Amino acid sequence: MSYIISDFRHPNAKVNDLGLSKRDYEGALSTLCAGCGHDSISAAIVQSFFEMNIEPHKVVKTSGIGCSSKTPTYFLGRAHGFNSVHGRMPSVSTGANMANKDLQYIGISGDGDTASIGMGQFAHVVRRNLNMIYLVMNNGCYGLTKGQDSATADVGSAGKKGVANQFAAIDLCQLALQLGAGYVARSFSGDKKQLVPLIKGAIEHQGFAFIDVISPCVTFNNTPSSTKGYEYVRDHLDATGTIDFVPERQELKIIHPEGTSKEVKLHDGSKLILKKNSHDYDLSSKREAMNTIETVREEHKILTGLIYLHEDPKDTHAKINSVDKPLNSLSQAEVCPGSAVLDDLNAGFR
Amino acid sequence: MKETNIKNVSYFHKVVDCQYACPAHTPVPEYIRMIAARRFDDAYMINWESNVFPGVLGRTCDRPCEPACRRGRVEEQPVAICRLKRVAADHKSDITDRLPDIPTEKNGKRIALIGGGPASLTVARDLMPLGYHVDLYDDQYKAGGFMRSQIPSFRLPETVLDEEVNYILDMGVNTHLKQKVSSMRSMLEKDYDAIFVGTGAPRGRDLPKLEGRQEANDNIHIGIDWLANVAFEHTESIGEKVLVLGGGNTAMDCCRTARRIGGKDVRIVVRSPKADMKASPWEIEDAEHEGIPMFENHTPKAFVCENGKLVGMLFELVKAKYAENGRRSLVPTGEPDVLIECDDVLMALGQMNSFPWIERDLGIEFNDWDMPEVDKTTFQTSLKNIFVGGDAAWGPENVITAVAHGHQAAISIDKYCHEKDTRDRPPPGTTLISQKMGFHDWLYSAPVSDDLRFVVSHVDTELALSDRKIEVEKGFSLEQGLKEVQRCLNCDVQTVFEKDKCIECDACEDICPTDCITFIDNDEEDILRQSLKMPADNLEQSLYVSAELKTKRVMVKDENVCLHCGLCSERCPTGAWDMRKFLLHEAKAGR
Repeated sequence: MSYIISDFRHPNAKVNDLGLSKRDYEGALSTLCAGCGHDSISAAIVQSFFEMNIEPHKVVKTSGIGCSSKTPTYFLGRAHGFNSVHGRMPSVSTGANMANKDLQYIGISGDGDTASIGMGQFAHVVRRNLNMIYLVMNNGCYGLTKGQDSATADVGSAGKKGVANQFAAIDLCQLALQLGAGYVARSFSGDKKQLVPLIKGAIEHQGFAFIDVISPCVTFNNTPSSTKGYEYVRDHLDATGTIDFVPERQELKIIHPEGTSKEVKLHDGSKLILKKNSHDYDLSSKREAMNTIETVREEHKILTGLIYLHEDPKDTHAKINSVDKPLNSLSQAEVCPGSAVLDDLNAGFR
Repeated sequence: MKETNIKNVSYFHKVVDCQYACPAHTPVPEYIRMIAARRFDDAYMINWESNVFPGVLGRTCDRPCEPACRRGRVEEQPVAICRLKRVAADHKSDITDRLPDIPTEKNGKRIALIGGGPASLTVARDLMPLGYHVDLYDDQYKAGGFMRSQIPSFRLPETVLDEEVNYILDMGVNTHLKQKVSSMRSMLEKDYDAIFVGTGAPRGRDLPKLEGRQEANDNIHIGIDWLANVAFEHTESIGEKVLVLGGGNTAMDCCRTARRIGGKDVRIVVRSPKADMKASPWEIEDAEHEGIPMFENHTPKAFVCENGKLVGMLFELVKAKYAENGRRSLVPTGEPDVLIECDDVLMALGQMNSFPWIERDLGIEFNDWDMPEVDKTTFQTSLKNIFVGGDAAWGPENVITAVAHGHQAAISIDKYCHEKDTRDRPPPGTTLISQKMGFHDWLYSAPVSDDLRFVVSHVDTELALSDRKIEVEKGFSLEQGLKEVQRCLNCDVQTVFEKDKCIECDACEDICPTDCITFIDNDEEDILRQSLKMPADNLEQSLYVSAELKTKRVMVKDENVCLHCGLCSERCPTGAWDMRKFLLHEAKAGR
C-alpha cells in the first residue's frame, strides 16, 4: 500500500536562483483520482513558481470546495493556505489581500465553485480587480459528487451517465472579460507547454488574472461524448499564438522570424512573446477577444492561449486608496490614532 | 528512436543493475525480498542455486553488484547486498532437505576436476545431480582452494566454508585429496570423459633480482604461500616488525594475519599512491582500523641484511605522473632513500598462472603468455575434452567469477559428454509477472526507505587481534538486516508501458519523483537524451521508448534513476503502466 512518495529526487535536479529545489515547491501526494487533470495543473503551478524564483512562504493559496479546491494541498506545501467555504474563495482572498498586499495570491476554484455556488463572489472579485491569480480547474462536472453536469458543461455533452446536458454553458473567460479582468487566458491541463507560460504571465500581471483550465475528469467526464474529455479537447484545441514567457532580466533566446511574433510587455519589464497565427488580433481589445472566442466556438473548437491582456494599474488597493504599507503591519497607533485625530476629522465635516 | 523491444530479455536484464553486474547473475532483489519476508531459507537457496557459496560470498565477495546498485545513484551508498547475503546464510535453518537429489543410477560419464576451489566445486555441484561420476583432485587435505588457503579465518570462519563445501562433496563427489596432479598426460590416461582444470593462479610474484633477496631468504615470504601455511597451521608465528609489500586484498590479509600471530609493528608499503591501491576500500579500512599504517610511493630498492639476517628494507621515493593517455609512471623524487627496519617481509605483489604439469605435446594449445588457449564462451581448450575455468583460465579474478565460470563449464561438459554442440548455449529462464494486487497494493514493498546504509559492527579490536580465528565482522543483526533490505529499490520490478492504453494525461510524468518519464516528440537518441525533463546523461543506462502515441509524441523513460516505486502505475487511470517482476535465472547444465 503506498500513498507515499519517496524523498529521493533526480541527483542532477537543479536549484533556482533562490537556491531552492523543485521539491521545495511540491506539496503532499495527491489523493485525487489517478489521471486527474487537476494534478497536471498542480505540477504546472509547481514548475511556474519554481522557475519564477518566488519564495514559497510569500505565496497565499486559497480555495473553496471541490476536487479543484483540494489541490492547494498538493502544491507549494510551504505557502500559506486557506481552504474556505464553497464558492467563498474570493472573499477570503480579498480579506487576506487587504491585510497583506505584499504576498502573491493564487486562488484555485472549480467550475462548480465558480460558475454555480460562487458566481456572485466571482463576479465581484473580478470587478474589483483584486491583485491575484484566479485559476479555475474546469472539468464540466461535479466530480466530487459523482459527476453531475456543471454550469460549464456544453449543451449536448454527455459524461459517464450518458445523458446529454440541456442547459446553456457559462463561458468563464467571456464573463471575466465582460466584468473587467485585465488578464484572461484559457488552457488545457494536458498542455503544459502553454499552461506554464500563462501561469508565469499571470504571476507577473498586476491586478486580476484569470485562467480557465480545461481539466478532464477521468472518472466521470472522460467519455467520447463529453466535450471536456482528453480526446475531445485535444482534437478541438485552437490556440491563439504560442507563448513564451521571458522574465525581465533574461535575454531573448527564442527568435521567431521577423513579423511572425509579437511582444507583450508586462508592467515589470518581463515579456510575453506570442507567435502569431491565424488568430492574430489586438490582445488589448476586449471586443476582438470576445469576437475570437465566439468565432472559434462556431467552428466547434475551443480557443486557448492568452485571450486578453490589458493592464489596469489600479488594483483594489489603488481604487480604495489604501496606504502603501500592508495593513497587517500597521501599529495600533496608526490604525487607531486617537480621539484628537477623530475630532479633527469630524470637524472637517462640519 | 525506435520503439524499445522489451521482449528481448536483455533489455530488462540490464535494468536490474546488481544482477547484471554479478558474474553469476544472482537475482539479488528477489533474495532481498525473501529476507524482508523472513524467508531466510528461500533467500539462501536462491543464492545457493546461483552462486553456490552464499555464506562465503556474504563475507568475502568482491561485490561487483554494489558499485552498480541503483541506490548509489540516488544517494551516497548502495544497498549492502553482500552483507545481506550473509544475513540469509546466518539465519537460515537446516536446508539439506532442499538440496538436489543425486541419482543413484549414474549416467556412466566420468569427470575429473583438478583443483578443489570454487570453480571445480561449482562444476561438481552442477553435474552431480545429473548423474555424473565426479573425481576431485586437490593437493591440500581439504577442498576449498583459495577460499580456504587465502582467506583468513577472521574474515571467513572455517565452519562456514566447511558447510558449503560439504553440501557439494556430500553429493557423492569422489575426492582425491593431498594428491598433487603433476602430469596431465597421466590424467588423460585415466580415460575420463572430460577433465576440468580449476587450479587457480597459484604462483605469487617475487622480487628475485632485488639486492639482498638471496641473503635474506629466510625472512622473506611469498604472501599467498605464507597465508596458506598459516591456514594449514604450518606457520604459527612471525617477527615483531613486518613489512607487507603490495596494495591488493592479499596484502590486506597478510598484514592483518601478521598482526594476529606475533607482528606488532606491521606496515604496508606500496609503490604507487594510496589512491591507486587495488584492494577493496572496505578491506583497506579494516586494515587501518587494526592500526596498520600504509606507506605510499615507496619503491623497493634493496633488502638490507646484517650478519646474514634481514634487518630492513631500502625504498626509493617516487611520485606518480600521469601521461595524457592516462598511463602512470612512477618517477623518483630525488629525496634520500628510506630505510624501514623489519624482521620479516611478506610479498603480496600479485599472482600468476603456472602450468608446469601440463605437457605441451598433448594437443592443448598455449598462447604467447604460456597460458592454455581457452574459449571465452565454452571454456573448452583445443583438446576438446579439457575445460579450464576460474583463475586458471585467464588469471586472478575472484570467487564469484570462478563460480560463474564453473556454471558455464558444466554446461559445456554436459553438452560435450552428450555429443551436442558446446557453442549452442541455453538461454536464461525468464518470467515477467504483474505485481498488481489492488489500487495501491503491490506484491512487493513499493515505498522507498530513506534509511542510510547500516554499518556492520565489529568485535573489539583487541579481542580480534588476540586470535586469528575470531571473526571480525559480526554481520547485521536481524533487526538491522530487516531495515537494510528495505533500502533495495526492487529494480527487477519493471515499469512496463502499454501505449495503446495511454490517454496522455501526463499523470505519470507529473508524479515521478525522479523525473524519469517524458512525453516528447521523437528524435535521434543523442538529441532525445538532452531534451528530456532531466537530461539522460548516464549513457550506460537505456532509454525506454514507446511507439508513437495519438498526439504523435512518444513516451521516453530514462531507466537511470527510476526508484521502481510504482507511482507512475498508481497514478495511471487506464493501467497503461504496470509493475511486473522480471526474474532471470541463468541457464544451468542439464536444463
